[in-house]
Amino acid sequence: MHSSAQDSNYLKWSIVLFTKTVGIVQTKYFNFKNLVLSNGKILAQVSVAYETYGTLNKYKNNAILITHAFTGDAHCAGYHEGDEKPGWWETMIGPGKAFDTNKYFIICSNVLGGCAGTTGPSSKNPQTGTEYATDFPAIVISDMIKVQKKLIEFLGIKKLLCVAGGSMGGMQVLQWAMDYPEMMYSAIPIAATSKSTPQQIAFNEVGRQAIMGDSNWQKGHYYNKDVKNNGLSVARMLGHITYMSDISMKSKFSKGEPEPNEKFDFNADFEVEKYLRHRGTTFLDRFDANSYLYLSKAIDYFNVQKPNFLPEDKNIDIKFLVISFESDWLYPAYQSEEIVKLLKAKSQKVTYCNIHSTYGHDAFLLEAKDETRLVGNFLNKLYSEVCSSEE
Amino acid sequence: MKNKNILLSHLKISSIVKEKSKVLDLGCGNGDLMLLLEQNKKVNIQGVEISEKAIYECVEKGLCVIHSDIDGDLNSYLDNSFDFVILSHSLQQVKRIDEVLKQCLRIGKKVIIAFPNFAHISLRLSLFFRGRAPVTKCLPSRWNNTPNIRFLSIKDFELFCKEKEYKIVEKYFITNSRFCYAFPNLFAQQAIFVIEKKH
Repeated sequence: MHSSAQDSNYLKWSIVLFTKTVGIVQTKYFNFKNLVLSNGKILAQVSVAYETYGTLNKYKNNAILITHAFTGDAHCAGYHEGDEKPGWWETMIGPGKAFDTNKYFIICSNVLGGCAGTTGPSSKNPQTGTEYATDFPAIVISDMIKVQKKLIEFLGIKKLLCVAGGSMGGMQVLQWAMDYPEMMYSAIPIAATSKSTPQQIAFNEVGRQAIMGDSNWQKGHYYNKDVKNNGLSVARMLGHITYMSDISMKSKFSKGEPEPNEKFDFNADFEVEKYLRHRGTTFLDRFDANSYLYLSKAIDYFNVQKPNFLPEDKNIDIKFLVISFESDWLYPAYQSEEIVKLLKAKSQKVTYCNIHSTYGHDAFLLEAKDETRLVGNFLNKLYSEVCSSEE
Repeated sequence: MKNKNILLSHLKISSIVKEKSKVLDLGCGNGDLMLLLEQNKKVNIQGVEISEKAIYECVEKGLCVIHSDIDGDLNSYLDNSFDFVILSHSLQQVKRIDEVLKQCLRIGKKVIIAFPNFAHISLRLSLFFRGRAPVTKCLPSRWNNTPNIRFLSIKDFELFCKEKEYKIVEKYFITNSRFCYAFPNLFAQQAIFVIEKKH
């Protein structure tokens, strides 16, 4: 027994040493009171789930905030005790990786309105003692940023070395630059846009209709009723289609051409159907239908072009690294090019790369090698300018 | 020879560019010139490059570079927002020359243009005696795989500036990694022009 414990410990350390991971990590919580939202509503109590990796240096200037995508969470790297799957951006975050935890202090928190530890519609309303459900106030991306700012201040950080994220994470990066430009040295928006387009809103709307059309939704008050919202599975299936590309689906699902039976039983005959059904079903275990509604609406209302891109009254000096992917049709490259244009018009220093990839929108999670070359070197340069000079 | 000529051309450009000025390098390639300018002249420099591979090389050098086609969108830059706009060996690959140069002169106070002289004697001889599209050390690509789509001479460029009423403020010619002074249109392999709008 003693030796098996030793074995598992040995195994753990081998993983840490040889696979460049941050190893076993834990989600932490930070609570604060009275968050005033953009619409004036007040959330009396807010809990924020977050994780950190690496060490904050003496000058507290090596901190990087990672912002997650629509259905992501605070667990972006390393392993939770007993889990086989690492955090969602394990390929990019860890010792010696693009977001090098030997150098940087990495922070990631679950967004406001989410369902992975941070206050959202599935949280209990302290005034009523029951879940908020659809009584949860409307939130926008800016409100998520406000919560993250509170967390950053709680951690004693005045200025972030970088804010980085893909998809909805990229929107948060841009919102940071809009709301608190003086609190960041650099920004890395990946596969994002400066404003949601009708096509993006359309997909979100179909997802929402699927959820709300399910009789189990019960106007959002389904908590404690042990019911499953199959509409949420459908929403997720649609989501997955938009995250892939024609080519990536072809290469992933071309195995085995099924023959039609005499009678259709409408089972999942094709690989792609099996995949989508599986993804749809497993999603129910980890995501809340109301959070899907709230977050997708926050995405729909995202627009940093108005009133004008980057505040006029502040002297802004943020280094931008904008990344898009060739086959991404949900957040096409032209939308990143628009961000670059806005930055050019503001005379901001910007680096932009449209990475060749066939993975579609998902590429931001999959093209780690190319992203590492860009992000790693970009941060290196910044680190030598910001962090080394004072040490 | 090609590399030495380019190196000399880079050094010349570096001597033209003023210390701590704001520079836009259009078609910056792997960023060698940008790095030189950043180190020698402490300039605030931004590059634009169409090749993805070159973007990675620039970022590895710690440079700011935008992955884009210079033929595409120069119109989002503000008027006179750069002290120098550089087209170093990229002009001959530009499709809409008139528009791009017009934009360069709008964005930059001065425009530095370096290009290979297609009327150099070796090219003339090759075309005349061999009857084939010239392949030289300076222009090593064959007709079918050259990135160049514009084949201009020094004379062509000077005439062009005259027609467009662009003022040539400085010009330098290079051959065999030396500066060339006599009959440049015949003997220079490379040319560097500094132009500005007529006031």
